[in-house]
Amino acid sequence: MESCPSIKNILLLDSEGKRVAVKYFSDDWPTNSAKEAFEKAVYTKTQKTNARTEAEIGMFENYIVVYKFVQDLHFFVIGGEEENEIILATVLHGFFDSVGLLLRGNVDKKEALENLDLILLCVDEIVDGGIILETDANVIAGKVASHSMDAGAPLSEQTISQALATAREHLTRSLLK
Amino acid sequence: MAQPLVKKDDDRDDEAEYSPFLGIEKGAVLQEARVFNDPQLDARRCSQVITKLLYLLNQGETFTKVEATEVFFAVTKLFQSRDIGLRRMVYLMIKELSPSADEVIIVTSSLMKDMNSKTDMYRANAIRVLCRITDGTLLTQIERYLKQAIVDKNPVVASAALVSGIHLLQTNPEIVKRWSNEVQEAVQSRAALVQFHALALLHQIRQNDRLAVSKLVTSLTRGTVRSPLAQCLLIRYTSQVIRESPVNAQTGDRPFYDFLEGCLRHKAEMVIFEAARAITELSGVTSRELTPAITVLQLFLSSSKPVLRFAAVRTLNKVAMTHPMAVTNCNIDMESLISDQNRSIATLAITTLLKTGNESSVDRLMKQITNFMSDIADEFKIVVVEAIRSLCLKFPLKYRSLMNFLSNILREEGGFEYKKAIVDSIVILIRDIPDAKEGGLLHLCEFIEDCEFTYLSTQILHFLGIEGPKTSDPSKYIRYIYNRVHLENATVRASAVSTLAKFGAMVDSLKPRIFVLLRRCLFDSDDEVRDRATLYINTLGGDGLVVETDKDTKDFLFGSLDVPLVNLETSLKNYEPSEEPFDINAVPREVKSQPLAEKKAPGKKPTGLGAAPSGPPSTVDAYERLLSSISEFANFGQLFKSSAPVELTEAETEYAVNVVKHIFNRHVVFQYNCTNTIPEQLLENVSVLVDASEAEEFSEVVSKVLRSLPYDSPGQTFVAFEKPEGVPAVGKFSNMLRFIVKEVDPTTGEADDDGVEDEYQLEDLEVVAADYMQKVGVSNFRNAWESMGPDCERVDEYGLGPRESLTEAVSAVSNLLGMQPCEGTEVVPSNSRSHTCLLSGVYIGNLKVLVRLQFGIDGSKEVAMKLAVRSEDETISDAIHEIVASG
Repeated sequence: MESCPSIKNILLLDSEGKRVAVKYFSDDWPTNSAKEAFEKAVYTKTQKTNARTEAEIGMFENYIVVYKFVQDLHFFVIGGEEENEIILATVLHGFFDSVGLLLRGNVDKKEALENLDLILLCVDEIVDGGIILETDANVIAGKVASHSMDAGAPLSEQTISQALATAREHLTRSLLK
Repeated sequence: MAQPLVKKDDDRDDEAEYSPFLGIEKGAVLQEARVFNDPQLDARRCSQVITKLLYLLNQGETFTKVEATEVFFAVTKLFQSRDIGLRRMVYLMIKELSPSADEVIIVTSSLMKDMNSKTDMYRANAIRVLCRITDGTLLTQIERYLKQAIVDKNPVVASAALVSGIHLLQTNPEIVKRWSNEVQEAVQSRAALVQFHALALLHQIRQNDRLAVSKLVTSLTRGTVRSPLAQCLLIRYTSQVIRESPVNAQTGDRPFYDFLEGCLRHKAEMVIFEAARAITELSGVTSRELTPAITVLQLFLSSSKPVLRFAAVRTLNKVAMTHPMAVTNCNIDMESLISDQNRSIATLAITTLLKTGNESSVDRLMKQITNFMSDIADEFKIVVVEAIRSLCLKFPLKYRSLMNFLSNILREEGGFEYKKAIVDSIVILIRDIPDAKEGGLLHLCEFIEDCEFTYLSTQILHFLGIEGPKTSDPSKYIRYIYNRVHLENATVRASAVSTLAKFGAMVDSLKPRIFVLLRRCLFDSDDEVRDRATLYINTLGGDGLVVETDKDTKDFLFGSLDVPLVNLETSLKNYEPSEEPFDINAVPREVKSQPLAEKKAPGKKPTGLGAAPSGPPSTVDAYERLLSSISEFANFGQLFKSSAPVELTEAETEYAVNVVKHIFNRHVVFQYNCTNTIPEQLLENVSVLVDASEAEEFSEVVSKVLRSLPYDSPGQTFVAFEKPEGVPAVGKFSNMLRFIVKEVDPTTGEADDDGVEDEYQLEDLEVVAADYMQKVGVSNFRNAWESMGPDCERVDEYGLGPRESLTEAVSAVSNLLGMQPCEGTEVVPSNSRSHTCLLSGVYIGNLKVLVRLQFGIDGSKEVAMKLAVRSEDETISDAIHEIVASG
C-alpha cells in the first residue's frame, strides 16, 4: 500500500440500473459488456439497501463499493480491495453533493439527463485517470459552473453563491433552447 | 432526503420514460455534427451536439475509425469559438476520442495556446488534455510549460500539471524525473490538494531510492501537512519506511511509531483510520503498540456512518486473525453489530467474534448466530461456516454445539456452494476431533437422505466408506447407504455400491449381509452400477462367508490413486487397443506445475460463472511426444522427468535461448529452445557446443543440429549425454551457440546465399540433484508417512545460518530438493517462529520419498532445521541428506 489512493470507477445509474453517466478509470473491465455486467451486478446487490440518509458500503468481487441514493438516481464510487474506505466515501460525497448543487437540489434522473454536460464535467473535475483531483463539492460545482464566468476572474475568488448563480443561469439557458 | 418522488409537472405523468435523449441515433447525431463546420458557429448548439455524442459513447456506443476521425477533425474547428462552456466540452470530447498520433498534431498548437492562456480554467484543462493524448516526442516540446505550471500560483493549474505528471511517469519516466525541483517546491504549497498531488508524484519519482524516501518522510512528519489526503499518503510512505528499517534494539522502539500514533488524534476520519490500519499492519506489532489503534477503531464501531463501521470492523477482523486477544475489548460493540442493517458489517462482526470468543462465550454466540443466519445471503453464510469450523478446531470440547449448529443449517435451504462448505466443515471436524466422528457421520447420513446435489452425495458416500467401517457399530450406516441404491440416480447408486463393498471388505462380520445387498445390485438398470457390483462380488471373494479379506483386495479398494488424473486421462486416450494390456505404471506421475502467471492473475480471484481457468498445456506429454519422434533418442527408454525451462540468455538479446533438461534412466537430453530476434538474419546449422569438463560422469553421445532458424519462429536443437544408470549424477556444463548467419533482405524476405560462421556465448547450465526428483504429492501425508515405516528413516539437524524469513528458508529447501509440498505446508503463517513443512516426491528409479522439515527461527534470524526422511531404501534417505548437506 505505498500507492496513491485510486478510484476504479464512478457510476451514476437510474432506479432500474441503467446508465445515466459512468466513467471507468481502470482496465479491470476491458469491454463494454464487462462494464455492463459489473454495473448490473453492483446495482442488483445494492438495490434493496437503504442508502438514502447515509452513504452505504459493501464488498463486491474484491472491490469496495460505496454508494448513496436519491430519488431515482444511484451514485456509486468503487475502489480496490485495499483502499481506505473513508477516502472512497469522501469522493462519493464530493460527487453526490456537487451534483446536488449543480442541479439546484432537483436531483433526479430527468434533471440529470437534461444537464448531462454538467454531470460529465463534474466527474471530470473529481477524478483524473483514477487520481483524486478534488473532493470539496463547492469547489467542484464552482469549477463546473464557471461556464459563463468572466474569463479574468480567478476561481479562488468565486463564492458558492456565484457558483450557484452561474449554474442557474446555465440551466435557464438550456431550458430555453 | 428520503422524500417520495415529487410530481413536478402533470403532463409528464404519461411520459414516465421521458428523456432528452429519447430515440437518439448515432447516424443522426453524426449528421448533426456538421454544424461544427459552419462558418458562423452556434456555440450552444455545438455544445448540445457534443453532449449527445458523449451520451452515445457513455452508453457503450462505439464509433468506427472513420467516424471517430471525422468527428475529431470537426471538433478541432471549434477552437475558433471563444465560448468557455463550449471549450470545456471540446476538451472532454478530445479526451474521449483518444486521437492517434498523427491526429494529435492537429490540436497541439491550439492546446498549447490554451496552456499559456490567461484563463486558469483553460490552462488547467489544456494541460490535462494534452498530457493525456501526447507522446514522448511532443512532451519534450511542452516540458518547459509543464514545469512552470507545477509551480503556478493557481492551485487548479498546479494540480492539473502534477496529476498529469503522475500519469506520464508511467510512460516517460526520464522526462518527469527532471521535474523534481519544481515538484519539491509544490510539496510546500499552501493549497491542500496541490500538496497531495505533489507528494504523490515526488514519492513515485523517488520510490526506488530508499534513502530519499526515508528523508522525505523524516522531513514531512516533522512539518505540517495540510490536506488529509496528503496525510494519508504520508502514513503509507511512513509504514513503508518502517518496514524497511530495523527496530531500535535497546529500547524496542520503532522509528516513526510516534508519528502514526499522533495521527490517531487527527481531526479527519480518513487520517485516523489510515493510521490505525497502518499500525495494525506493522510486522510483528506488539500489543502495546496495537492498543491505541484498537481504541479508535472501537469508537468507529458505534458510529452512525456505515462506512466507518465497515472500515473498522473489517480492520479488526484482520487483526483478530493474528492478535485475537487485542480485539476482545471490542466484543460488546461487535455483538451489537450482529443486528446491523448492513449485512456485510454484520457478517464481519460475527466472524470476528468467532475468532476472538473464548470457550465460555461460544454457546451464547451460537444462539445469536442462529437468528442471524436466516436473513443473510449464501455468500455471507459460507464465511460464517468457515469461521465456525476454525472455532471448533480451536475449542474441540465445544464440538457438540457447533456440530449441532452445522447439521441444523445443513437441513435448511441453501445453494450448492453453501452446502458444500458445510459438508466440508463437518468432514474436517470428523477427521480432526475423534469424539465428533460418530455424531458427524450420522448427520451426513441424514443429509444424503434428502440431498439434491449428486456431487455432495457421492463425496459423502466415499467418505462414509473410509470412516464408517472404523466406527464401533458400522452396521447402523448400512441402511442409509443401501437406501441410496434404491432412490437415487445412477451416479449416486454406483458410489453407494462402492461404499457397501468397502464395509464388506473391512468388517468381516458384515460380509455375508453385504453380499446379499450387492447381489441385488446386479439387476440395476445402469451399466456402471452392475459392473461395480460384479467387480466387488468377485474381489471380495469368499462366497459371502465370514472370512478375512486379503491384503490385495484392501489395497485395491482403499489404496489411493497416486497417478495424477490428467496424466491418466491422456495416457488412456493415447492407448490403442492391442494385445498388450494398458499398464497404469507407465503413466507419468509428474504433477504439472501451473504457470506462475496464471496463479497470480492480477488482483482478481475467479468468482462464479465463466471463471473456469483453461488448463495449462500439458508440457510433459508434449515433451514425450517430441522426444520419441526423434530417432536418436528412441532407445533411451521412458522419460523420467523434464525440468522447467532455464534461461541461458539475458532478456532482449539477439538470440533468446532456454534449455529444458530431460532425464532418462541412462541418459540426459538438453533441449535448447532458440529464438532469433533479428528480422534481418537467418540462422542455419544451429547447434550448441557443450563443454562437459566439469561434469565428469557425463559423456556426449548425440548432438542434433537445427537446420534453419528464421526470425521469430522458435526452433530446437538437442544434445544428449550418457550417464551411469540410475545414478543421480550432477555437473556443470558450459554452452556455446554455433551457427551460420545469413543476411535477409527485409523487403523481399529472401536470404543471401553466403553466410558467415559465428558463435554466441550462453550461460552455464547445471544438472542438480533436484532434477532427479519428481514432484509427486500424496493426499494424506500422515498415512503415507506411517505406512512407510521408520525402517529407512534418517534424521539429522542442520543450521541454515541467518535467513530473511522462515518462508524464504522453507522455499529454499523445497526448491533444493525439488519435491512437492503437501497439504499446504509450504505456506508459513506470518510471525510464526517455527514451522513444519511436508514434502513428497519420487526419486530416480521410481522410489517414493517423504520428507518432514521442521524449522525454527530465533531473534537474530538464525534458522535451524531438523530433516527427517523416509523412503523405501536407506541409500535414498542418505542421498537426500547429502543433497541438503552439500546445498
